[in-house]
Amino acid sequence: MNIIFFLIGCSVLIALIFLGAFFWANRTGQHDDTYTPSVRILFDDEVVADERAETKKS
Amino acid sequence: MSETVNTVVEEGCFHCGDKVEEAPFLLDGHTFCCLGCQTVYQVLHDSNMQNYYKYNTHPGRSQKKKGIDVSYLDEPNIAAKLVDFKDDHIAVMTFYIPVIHCSSCIWLLEHLYKLNPAVVTSQVDFMKKQATITFKHNELSLRGLVELLIHIGYEPKITLQDVVKEGKKVNQNGLVAKIAVAGFCFGNSMMLSFPEYFGMADFEKQYASVFGYLNLAFAVPTLLYSASDYFKSAWMSLKQKRLNLDVPLALGIFIIFIRTAFEVLTKTGPGFADTLCSLVFFILIGKWVQQRTYYHISFERDYRSYFPVAVTRIENNVDRPVQLSDLKVGDRILVRNNEIIPADSILLNGQASIDFSFVTGESRAVEKILGEVIYAGGRQVGEAIELEVVKPVSQSYLTKLWNNESFKQYEKQFDTFIGFISKYFTIGLVAIAVVACGFWLVGGDSMKAWGAFTAVLIIACPCALALSSPFTLSAALSIFDRNKFYIKNTAAIEEMAAIDCIVFDKTGTISSPRSSSMFFEGQLSGAEKIAVASVCRNSGHPLSREIVKWMNVSSFQELSSFEEIAGQGMRAQVGEVSILVGSASFVGVKQGSADGSVVYVSIDGEVKGFFTLEQSWRVGLVDVVNDLKEGYDLHLISGDNERRMDALKLIFPKESSLLFNQSPGEKLLEIEAWQDKGKQVCMLGDGLNDAGALRKADLGIAVSDDINNFSPGCDAILDGDSFAKLPKFFAFAKDAVKVIHLSFAISLTYNVVGLSFAVQGTMSPLFAAILMPISTVTIISFTSLSTRWLAKRRKLV
Repeated sequence: MNIIFFLIGCSVLIALIFLGAFFWANRTGQHDDTYTPSVRILFDDEVVADERAETKKS
Repeated sequence: MSETVNTVVEEGCFHCGDKVEEAPFLLDGHTFCCLGCQTVYQVLHDSNMQNYYKYNTHPGRSQKKKGIDVSYLDEPNIAAKLVDFKDDHIAVMTFYIPVIHCSSCIWLLEHLYKLNPAVVTSQVDFMKKQATITFKHNELSLRGLVELLIHIGYEPKITLQDVVKEGKKVNQNGLVAKIAVAGFCFGNSMMLSFPEYFGMADFEKQYASVFGYLNLAFAVPTLLYSASDYFKSAWMSLKQKRLNLDVPLALGIFIIFIRTAFEVLTKTGPGFADTLCSLVFFILIGKWVQQRTYYHISFERDYRSYFPVAVTRIENNVDRPVQLSDLKVGDRILVRNNEIIPADSILLNGQASIDFSFVTGESRAVEKILGEVIYAGGRQVGEAIELEVVKPVSQSYLTKLWNNESFKQYEKQFDTFIGFISKYFTIGLVAIAVVACGFWLVGGDSMKAWGAFTAVLIIACPCALALSSPFTLSAALSIFDRNKFYIKNTAAIEEMAAIDCIVFDKTGTISSPRSSSMFFEGQLSGAEKIAVASVCRNSGHPLSREIVKWMNVSSFQELSSFEEIAGQGMRAQVGEVSILVGSASFVGVKQGSADGSVVYVSIDGEVKGFFTLEQSWRVGLVDVVNDLKEGYDLHLISGDNERRMDALKLIFPKESSLLFNQSPGEKLLEIEAWQDKGKQVCMLGDGLNDAGALRKADLGIAVSDDINNFSPGCDAILDGDSFAKLPKFFAFAKDAVKVIHLSFAISLTYNVVGLSFAVQGTMSPLFAAILMPISTVTIISFTSLSTRWLAKRRKLV
């Protein structure tokens, strides 16, 4: 049953890693703007599209 | 693809969607309303950026307004103040761009590098309407960048009081970190408390002390880090001999910790670590909910955010932009079309036609003659004028309002219900704890006395009470928000419920600058109408455009000659007829009105009549006044003259005082006089001249037709469209306060139940661990649901 001490240690360690990750995200401003990225991701990668259009023309 | 576009008959300008009037601009089969829109299209088309038009139809905004002069950005000391960061190669600048409104805007602004390779990166924050642009300042100056933005129709707002940068200072990171730590400790300590609650077999008891120590370890950061603000605030309020709600909270948190530490260290019990962590976690969330603010609206604007950053000073016949703060008495300044007069000054040269709409809400231009003093805050319309500064910027007629002492106090102190309650709550709580402790001590059971004393303070810790007001008010805030009524903070809603006297400004507040109606006194035949409209069509003056609209003629005549004298009028020849349109002196009326908004018409030397322009009342004004009449004193303070007093007397009840010709300072004093009579005064205003009254009033509401535009510092901003809902808003604020009272009753019931166990010294940790979250959840769901229900009843959602 002593394994339980090891498991508790592991669970607290993992939780601490997540807490640290949250702190890092918060400090680097990843929660500053929660709206714009949702729009940005929908934009087409038009650089590639333009090249295709040009090759079609030629 | 392009062919199909060509065949489609487009309605409205391809760029901005505005109605295309006669003689449209055509390019690539698209129609444009003006050259500006067409230019933007051309620029984007040449850079292969048509995607802008793919994401939304008509993503642009009308380019009809003329651009502004940004040459002051070339001055290194001005530019240095504006940029966020600068090194040898790059500079970073955050712009506030009010026109950002759709995904195309984001796309275009983030692809600026295609238009100018000197732009390294650009990132848009849509909610804040900001763009952070990194650029190589050796290749592209700040001025060049701003001109590029203006060129594509995204004019940034650059002001002295930088709303953007001040907004950055408001930082919730500290609070969020505290919530994260409290949540982390809460989760872990709850897991470790479960074995105790579910019961352990004898051989498992050896773990109990380990769980206890771990729990205590999680309680320490919660106490020292997450709850630190409560101890500070409680200490401050005790020092000022006031009792706020943080006192019982801090006391409760502290006692829970002491008892937990005592029980764990003496191995007499499991302690209350999970209750402690959950309590701190929930009250911090309440605090966070209360502190949420609007990103894109600023309530703290003063004249600095409205005045230009720099002004053109004439020194030895050389124009040079200088910072506003460097402007001295006696300086000669040049104010161009659409620029704002920054300080009280004397007109030296040029035709001054000043639009004081930001100051008074009146949008028509006022003519000034040479040698006349022009007050700061007006916007010049027409040619460039030369002025001599007679007062420094901070001492001008308008800006000296901000030196008034009511502006010195930083924050208005609202008396909140919770603040009122917490005084008695704390005293009652401590009294019960002491009595319970004394009772058991007299009985000779010191362990039970300690148990009862701590249990009372733990169970009665006003967690639910601390949450009731933030959750109710933030729910109300978002409902107001949906109805285009933006309130600065939650305390202002409580203040709104206490209001019993409402004061209106006239121009721009109860009348709308967007809708004005032309009145014509005199007689014009159909042919004469066409002739006059044909003349007025050629002028860019706003009054001329209004006249053309009023005439509503289907065809126009060719003019054989046309001459416009700025600030006076127009002289034109239409066929055989000569027409004069303009001011009384220009047309030759001897006893005419000197008012700049009266336009006389004379045909072949005969005066046919005159036009006047009046702002019309906002939609629903009569209903608003009728609804508010019951329960509120209504008054009107206007800086304008008594011209429309008779009409207003019919609208307002008899008891109302209608005051006219009030200066900004007098408005403030008038509000103060009502307050001295014991009234809770709410002021509704729109212009800079109301800023003092808005600040002085218990609740200042700025009425604005475009919330991104300038509005004076206030407690709330009301969109002009929602003016008719005003009585509903006031009633709903009262509802919200009722919800707080009810939830107070609920949390008190929980406390009584808990206390009845606590005074007997029989409260178990499990009981506390269940009662605390249940009361919290009840309060949160009750407040959110009932606020929504009440809003539905008022038809606000």
